[in-house]
Amino acid sequence: MEELSRAIVLAGSAIGAGIAMIAGLGPGIGEGYAVGKALEAIGRQPEAKSDVTSTMILGVALAETTGIYSFIIALLLVLVNPLIGRL
Amino acid sequence: MEVNGARIVYQNDWFLLSGSVVTTWIVMAVITLLCIFLTRNLKVHATSRRQIIAEFLVKSANNLVRANMGERFSSYAPLAASVLAISVCCSLSSLLGAFPPTGDLSTTLGWALVIFTLITYWKIKSGGIGKYLKGYLDPIPVMLPINIIGEVMTPVSMAFRHYGNIASGMIISMLVYSALAGLSATVLGAIPGVAGKILSGVPIFQVGIPAILSIYFDLFSSGIQAFIFCTLMMVNIKLAAEG
Repeated sequence: MEELSRAIVLAGSAIGAGIAMIAGLGPGIGEGYAVGKALEAIGRQPEAKSDVTSTMILGVALAETTGIYSFIIALLLVLVNPLIGRL
Repeated sequence: MEVNGARIVYQNDWFLLSGSVVTTWIVMAVITLLCIFLTRNLKVHATSRRQIIAEFLVKSANNLVRANMGERFSSYAPLAASVLAISVCCSLSSLLGAFPPTGDLSTTLGWALVIFTLITYWKIKSGGIGKYLKGYLDPIPVMLPINIIGEVMTPVSMAFRHYGNIASGMIISMLVYSALAGLSATVLGAIPGVAGKILSGVPIFQVGIPAILSIYFDLFSSGIQAFIFCTLMMVNIKLAAEG
């Protein structure tokens, strides 16, 4: 019985980690949109390329934050297994 | 595959010295020695290569702070430069085989708390303690818990962003390494006879291929995360001071 409940918790943690990483979709779409807009801006004003690029990299890295949050949750679920202690 | 945190250097009942702290000390010593080395024998007109490098570094730090925070905060250039330098050097220490201190949440959270103290100081200084406390009840008193969460999330999100990027790079590299070891064991193990048995222990595919990932995760990501951490610090302090 002990063994079974442990297995259920581990399976739940693994599935939860997988579901948490779905949040990676958001930053992907957002970053792609930002880069596309930056490319449009460079196409219109090639002389402002360095300014646009540095601002874009900053914005893209900021947009990555939510993905990183979900990654940390997934990491905690898989490696630290906090739910095992609740048995 | 085993994922571990920083090594524990020393431990007793009430004290724990983690390896990331020791690496941070080494990085601090290296940066200090570099600064001492670069600023010796300065002349009014730069003649040595050393002084030109030092002047370039100081000038770019000043320009960065002036562009982001304005002339009023030009005295913050040393802070911004040191945050940038220690963050880059800590992340790059993984190239030398050390556990990068920025891949440890304690390090980045510590930096973020220092910056949070500075932000709160500027918020109180710009409008007085009364206005600062009243800001929590803005626009209606019911918003108090949400305002507190928003305040706490500033350092937490800064720390998590930096830590998560470095740690994710570490773990992805580790996964690629173990996958390549498995691949080479499978491919070389297919060679019949004793030769296959001996060769399957040699992770031949681990040579060179992970370096491509390392360029992104170790070099590019380290630099860009340090820059973002520094920029967020400057923007947050500026916003706090303007009220």
